[in-house]
Amino acid sequence: MAYINGIGIISPQDTLPGSAFLEPVIEHTSEFMKSIEPVYKQYIDPIASRRLSRLIKMGISSAKMCMLDAGLEVPDAIITGTGLGSVEDTEKILGELTKEEKFLNPTPFIQSTYNTISSQIAINLKCHQYNSTYVHRCFSLESCLIDALLQIDEGSAQNVLTGGIDEMTLNHLTIIRRLGLWKPEAVSNLDLWSSPLPGALAGEGAAYFSISKERNEKTYASLSAVQTLYKPSSTEQTAEAVVRFVTEQGLRPEDVDLVMMGNNGNDEHDRICDEVMMKALPSASRMLYKHLCGEYHTVSGFALFVAANILRKQFIPSSLINIPSAPGKLETILIHNHFRDTDHSFILVRR
Amino acid sequence: MPSRIFVTGLGFISGLGNNVQENLNSLLNLRSNIGPIRHIDTNLKHELAVSEVSMTSDELMRDAGLPDDSAYSRNALLGIIAAKEAFSHAKLDKHPGLNIGLISGTTVGGMDECEKYYQDFLTNDSKNRFIETYDCADSTEKIADHLGLKGFMTTISTACSSAANSIGFAARMMKAGKLDCAVAGGTESLTRFHLNGFNALKILDKFPCRPFDATRNGINLGEGAAYLVLETEETNQKTGNPVLCELVGYGNACEAFHQTASSPDGAGAYLAMKKALDMSGETPDAIDYINAHGTGTDNNDLSEGRAIEKLFTGKIPHVSSTKPFTGHMTSAAGSAEAIISILGMQQGIIWPNMNFSNPMPELKFQPAGEIIRGVDIKLVMSNSFGFGGNDSTLIFKKHGVH
Repeated sequence: MAYINGIGIISPQDTLPGSAFLEPVIEHTSEFMKSIEPVYKQYIDPIASRRLSRLIKMGISSAKMCMLDAGLEVPDAIITGTGLGSVEDTEKILGELTKEEKFLNPTPFIQSTYNTISSQIAINLKCHQYNSTYVHRCFSLESCLIDALLQIDEGSAQNVLTGGIDEMTLNHLTIIRRLGLWKPEAVSNLDLWSSPLPGALAGEGAAYFSISKERNEKTYASLSAVQTLYKPSSTEQTAEAVVRFVTEQGLRPEDVDLVMMGNNGNDEHDRICDEVMMKALPSASRMLYKHLCGEYHTVSGFALFVAANILRKQFIPSSLINIPSAPGKLETILIHNHFRDTDHSFILVRR
Repeated sequence: MPSRIFVTGLGFISGLGNNVQENLNSLLNLRSNIGPIRHIDTNLKHELAVSEVSMTSDELMRDAGLPDDSAYSRNALLGIIAAKEAFSHAKLDKHPGLNIGLISGTTVGGMDECEKYYQDFLTNDSKNRFIETYDCADSTEKIADHLGLKGFMTTISTACSSAANSIGFAARMMKAGKLDCAVAGGTESLTRFHLNGFNALKILDKFPCRPFDATRNGINLGEGAAYLVLETEETNQKTGNPVLCELVGYGNACEAFHQTASSPDGAGAYLAMKKALDMSGETPDAIDYINAHGTGTDNNDLSEGRAIEKLFTGKIPHVSSTKPFTGHMTSAAGSAEAIISILGMQQGIIWPNMNFSNPMPELKFQPAGEIIRGVDIKLVMSNSFGFGGNDSTLIFKKHGVH
């Protein structure tokens, strides 16, 4: 168990420092939900910034926002989760390689390696301590949080800076659409739940958290536990895993007030989310949020930002959808996510 | 008191051989297979010297009994072979009920199919089955499925220290009681992406690499996979597996100096080694052998050499880089060199730093030029340093030594 004492987030909503909590809602009508980016020179030296690709800039900036929010200068560890790393740089190289192999520009190669985000953050914060990067689809951010909790528990770190980050590009969207999991054409995010078109809406974002051993006046919420589940054989088995996870934290299923649902607009995906939670936590209020950020591997970072703010502010913005209705109290929130029913994850956040 | 972490299984495929025994035979016979590129269709074919696994991807597929229409990256195939060997070595399938983790390191290895079919991905549906081999998790999940593992799994990518960090993270989870045992290591296959990327950085040598030599001129890339089975002491009492050695220290530090270069004074390397040594509770003079990262670049060997001199103020242990044998296996280097170090410990052998002849004027010590036999090796240190200053060190101790 540890405390979330700072957050820095760049997302398709206006979540930059000074913004209201998910008010007003930003509508996206283009092919995917693109992040609302900050003025980068506030966070990165403009000369250095010119060489950096968009994902790296989002990573450094959100990490710095997070440290400012937490009132810390240097963390004891930096841990990043990313499903795909810098897609833009990877595509530049793949594009070059399909033409003719000639001498590549080395910058995209360097930035395409996944650990560039964490190490650029380390360079910017002058942090020489533990530095790692997890790159496992929907387990990426979850692995970071597990690592952070372990380091705090064993006493090797007091404050861990950790986050999840992914970007979308039009080429990548085209490719992933071939798998039939995404909406075949642009749909407004505000119509996500009513659109007759099958599939999820692609999104992106970067969310960093300052996770600390001690509670302080900046604390949003406590991060109780994180667990992953690989290839469950049925929704029953997944539901049992949810109940076991909650019980292991000393809670009863009815103690969970709110579940942030993994639903993303893909019918098959959403059916699994609904069945699991109806079975596991029938009394909890279920919340849909992916119409605000879209789907991506580290989307649970957006969910954790929402959960932590709900617990601190003790209110739910109207842009979030509660089924069947908003909960009576806001003490305990479970975040569930999954990638094709293969990688499931559970994050428990408490007031 | 946190549990001790024992190594009970090894699995290894590289240019030196397709299993641990073949790798050991090559090492003992001082055989390297660094040479021209054979398997990859690239313009760099005659430009670079590399170390490739002898089998083609088709042969690896057939060897694993996989149908031709399945979608496996070479990265996943290499990973499956090495992880399976480690898993069988520790007979983990004979012990139902163990909570087994899989932690794998990789970076660009999965690109081999994707870089062939990228234009198809963009324009037509003919190669859709390969789309998902693109990301890092794909090889890890394929390994898990082949071993029948359904417990915790994750993938680490810290460039050339990925596999070392996988081993460290697995140990951390086991000490916290989250896992009984783990298969940990890394896999990386050569790809055009990889070769061209490193080539763009101008750090590849077209001749066999010469780590710690004054005339060193860069890296030979290698490929392969290596995994260790780690068991907690309590789990080991259940499995009864012979203990090959103990993982007594792991250190991870970030140099935070430059995205691709190491600092001239080796601050990050020093910190990683120091952290691992502090965890092990040993003094520097207790270390018998350092398997250096020793890539053969100007920058790494100077920075690592200075860090070694800074930490080992008394006697400097035997040092060698075994990359002239295997090539630089990048994301798999950490676990591959951990295994090479453990094999040396078991055999009482200090592996030679091949191709060394001219001492570096900046350093006071020289690497082991020749193979040294009959050494009582109790403690070995294995260094893995990556781009971005992601520096990690592992320390293994002979079992039953106090």
